[in-house]
Amino acid sequence: MKEPVQKLLRYVGIELAVYAVLAIAYFYFVLRFLGSWLAGLFHEHRTYYVVAAVLIMVGQAIGLERLLTALSYLVRRGKK
Amino acid sequence: MFFPISGVHIDPLVLGILGLVIGILGGFFGVGGSFLSGPSLFSLGMPYNFVVGTDLIHIVGKSIVAARQHRMLGNIDLKLAAVMVIGTLVGSETGVDAIEGLKRFGEVNLVVGLTAIVMFTGTSVFGAWESWQSWRALKKSGPADADGNEKKDVLAFDRIAKLFQSLPLPPRIELRQSGVARISIWSIVLVSYIGGFFSGFLGGGAGYIRMPAMVYLLGIPTHIAVGTDLFEIIISAGYGAIRHAMNGNVDILVALVMHTGAAVGAQLGARLTQYFSGPWIRLAFAPLPLLGAIMVAVALFTHHH
Repeated sequence: MKEPVQKLLRYVGIELAVYAVLAIAYFYFVLRFLGSWLAGLFHEHRTYYVVAAVLIMVGQAIGLERLLTALSYLVRRGKK
Repeated sequence: MFFPISGVHIDPLVLGILGLVIGILGGFFGVGGSFLSGPSLFSLGMPYNFVVGTDLIHIVGKSIVAARQHRMLGNIDLKLAAVMVIGTLVGSETGVDAIEGLKRFGEVNLVVGLTAIVMFTGTSVFGAWESWQSWRALKKSGPADADGNEKKDVLAFDRIAKLFQSLPLPPRIELRQSGVARISIWSIVLVSYIGGFFSGFLGGGAGYIRMPAMVYLLGIPTHIAVGTDLFEIIISAGYGAIRHAMNGNVDILVALVMHTGAAVGAQLGARLTQYFSGPWIRLAFAPLPLLGAIMVAVALFTHHH
């Protein structure tokens, strides 16, 4: 169902603010804890690196999409 | 921040914002945004081999998010996508082979650069002109159809699409989701082969060619073309990403950071398609390849390439 543009922009603004906090925490997690492990795989076990890279990217894509959908739902429900 | 795989220092916030902008473009227009992300990563100091591979795996992640959004909106024709994958993969291999052939003559940058400028400019000019004509036709026929649907699609070159659809080469299939009664599989394979060729030859997902070709040649409604193209990009870019990753051209850490921004942008872009009719989406898309052409021209004629 189509929602008014102003309403959409307000929801997106709230979602972006919550997202910024989550993203900073995520950057810290990925770059701090996975960085050296993935770099090691890249240099020493290329095939495992490829498998890990694809799985992490697909996992992140699906996970983030679900998280953002849930976030969007919560923001809209909170506003009603 | 230091990224140990590609050995570059890039601010993760800049990557996140870049991803957000590219995500919005992808969700709204159904393109990977490689004409923007590639030159941007290059200018941030990443070696070009990593730019191509990293961009491809990031496109896969972004397209998964955007395609799921379009699936919920009913914008993906799975039958069409399944046929297109065949042509895209074969075309992509041909494009990669053409690059390898040009490498042997030592003219790869010049030939690929000039081809990109011609293709991007041509796509922009034709797209702007066609969508402007379509928009005028839409205005004449009124703002909404009988059902009050403001998203109705009008094509200035409807006759070309009808001609393409009527090619008598068997097997011919019905694309119910796209509203196409009968179309030869070979028409679809040809269009996807051309898209795949330019994906392998110019890099990225080549949605800037495939998406308009689906609309103008196959007669697929713009909203379905956007969604189906994104779905198809998951397969074709995924294949390219795995090939590049095996050759050590993918920095997954950079891709993951960029993708966090792109995930949000893709959702926003997909939702925005609700507010615009097909001609408006195509008109807004028109200047983007031209932007890519300008960037390539600047890099080709001012740098050391």
